[in-house]
Amino acid sequence: MTIANYLVLAAVLFTIGAVGVLVRRNAIVVFMCVELMLNSVNLTLVTFARSTGTLDGQLIAFFVMVVAAAEVVVGLAIIMSIYRTRRSASVDDANLLKY
Amino acid sequence: MSETLPATGLLAASWLLIALPLAGAAVLLLGGRRTDRWGHLLGTGTVVAAFVLGLACTVQLAGVDGRSVDVDLFTFIQTGSLDVGAGLLFDPLSAVFVLLITGVGALIHVYSIGYMAHDPARRRFFAYLDLFVAAMLLLVLGNSYVALYVGWEGVGLASYLLIAFWYTRPAAATAAKKAFVMNRVGDVGLALAVFVMFAQLGTTSYAGVLGNVGLLAGGTVTALGLLLLLGACGKSGQFPLQAWLPDAMEGPTPVSALIHAATMVTAGVYLIARSAPIFDASPSARTVVLVVGAITLMIGAIAGCAQDDIKKVLAYSTVSQIGYMFLAVGLGPVGYVAGLAHLLTHGFFKAGLFLGAGSVMHGMGDQTDMRRYGGLAGKMKTTFVTFGLGYLALIGFPLLSGYWTKDAIIEAAFDRGGVSGWLLGGVAVLGAGLTAFYMTRLMLLTFFGRPRWDDGVHPHESPGVMTVPMVVLAVGSVAAGFLLVEVFPLADWLAPVFGEPAEAAAHAIPPLLVSVLVSLVVLLGAVVAWLFVGRREVPVTAPARVSPVVRAARHAIYADAVNESLLMRPGMWLTRALVFVDNRGVDGVVNGTAAALGGSSSRLGRAQTGFVRSYALGMLGGAVLVAGALVAVTAG
Repeated sequence: MTIANYLVLAAVLFTIGAVGVLVRRNAIVVFMCVELMLNSVNLTLVTFARSTGTLDGQLIAFFVMVVAAAEVVVGLAIIMSIYRTRRSASVDDANLLKY
Repeated sequence: MSETLPATGLLAASWLLIALPLAGAAVLLLGGRRTDRWGHLLGTGTVVAAFVLGLACTVQLAGVDGRSVDVDLFTFIQTGSLDVGAGLLFDPLSAVFVLLITGVGALIHVYSIGYMAHDPARRRFFAYLDLFVAAMLLLVLGNSYVALYVGWEGVGLASYLLIAFWYTRPAAATAAKKAFVMNRVGDVGLALAVFVMFAQLGTTSYAGVLGNVGLLAGGTVTALGLLLLLGACGKSGQFPLQAWLPDAMEGPTPVSALIHAATMVTAGVYLIARSAPIFDASPSARTVVLVVGAITLMIGAIAGCAQDDIKKVLAYSTVSQIGYMFLAVGLGPVGYVAGLAHLLTHGFFKAGLFLGAGSVMHGMGDQTDMRRYGGLAGKMKTTFVTFGLGYLALIGFPLLSGYWTKDAIIEAAFDRGGVSGWLLGGVAVLGAGLTAFYMTRLMLLTFFGRPRWDDGVHPHESPGVMTVPMVVLAVGSVAAGFLLVEVFPLADWLAPVFGEPAEAAAHAIPPLLVSVLVSLVVLLGAVVAWLFVGRREVPVTAPARVSPVVRAARHAIYADAVNESLLMRPGMWLTRALVFVDNRGVDGVVNGTAAALGGSSSRLGRAQTGFVRSYALGMLGGAVLVAGALVAVTAG
């Protein structure tokens, strides 16, 4: 296994996540796509850490996971509250904050 | 100039001369309606008291060595090298003015008690009149050009307030504004002169400036003289700033008598006489004074011939007579005393004539059109006699005031010699003839002929409080000239200021011949006037079809039209252009910037759609850009 394979996989995952964020309307799916992007980055970090033999990348990956966990908690709470008030989880329906 | 001594005794209290009328004005203005009942008495009392004090001071001054005292009051402005003290200079020149102002002023105050008796705002009238007297006294008593300037502006203010005394009449309000604006033109000249004095000599006191004229460059002295002359022209209604004075007749008649005939309008003559060393040092400035005087005396006399309003005739006569005074002081040392003597006698007879005109208006229901008078000699005997004496004095009837003082000016003009002497003398003689014409016309239209009164007008003599001042002034009109020339020679009294009167050298024309010549011209003028209006029936409305000369005279040689086309219109165009540049140019840049920012921000705001996914696309695009840039930099 060369390092390139890991990186290509990470790039593919990231792209899927990014496209998902841009094209999907359901807030839960958007959320999962965001997680996908985060984890693709984690994969990259760990890959480079492994290839250089240092621990820095792995350390940062842990940080990302912790932050992602916190973000999930807050994000899900927001989605819940939006769904309760608007009876919809579409991100396009929650567009009050505009010009 | 002689040595100036510090004041002692009564002279040290000469500041009271100014303080008394000023206090009267303050009490009347601040006291409000409570002072309505006795306000006129207080106003008159302060001026009478000032006259008595002025008389006492003058008597004491006569005994002082050198006849010139200085009263140091307080430090007025002290900043850097500028140190202006407030002080008074009591010398023979100020003394004659103090006596003229307070004497004639007191008489006119007394007269006003009767004239303004039915006016609800009589107290305000007396307050302004007192304010005027105080400012005028400061003008003539101040010992520096700055003090003179303060008084100068004070009389301008009082004049403005009094012309517009009946401010509900649009004509009066407009006339007051006209007077104020035209005076402002002159005042700028005076202010610049004061600045030049300070810049060049570092002082503005008479002693400091007039004693050091020799230190100045010739051009500076001429500029100083011309700037002072501009100020004098504005205040004295001289060409080219003469147009405001006839309009100022919209004010009450006592105001016309005191301010616009006897005192304030002669301030220009005072200014030039006081600044004699400056004009002595600059023959060109003095020539300009001569020309201004000669032109004005002709304009005033010509315009006076065609007016139908009794006060306008007297106003143009004033313009013309002050032209004589300017001509006199422009002649230099030989003319100063003649000019000032004419100023004093003119103060008497012109004030008397105005009071007489006021008395006529009082009896005729405020009618001022002489074509609606006629035959008043029998109805108003006192007015007729006093007015008649003033008239004779003005036209220069032998041995009355005008004869002594005006002939002296004409003589001095001829004595100048050369072409200019003959020219100026000729103009002065012609002016005397025109004076006789318009004054005789006025007399005939008012007091003689068939009554042409409006219906319901019952002419009656004015009350004693008005006729007594007229009688006193008439006596002055008769005697002042003789007294000032023969009994108490003004030339000797003013010697400390202008130097000893020069011994009469060779006269260009013998004085007796001048007198005969002038008398003949005056007689001719009077006869022509009789041929025009005395012999014929006078139409009640002025004929519309008249020769161009008469039309020009009616419009005062089109002075207003000239001012309007030369100054007012271009000024208006300039203002409009400036307003346009301001609105479109300056405001355009500011408003345009604001509008551009506002517009673009509202357009940019459209990008905030509220759709999270489009924000996400923006972030992604940005991130790709940053990453691309990083790659490009590292790779490149």
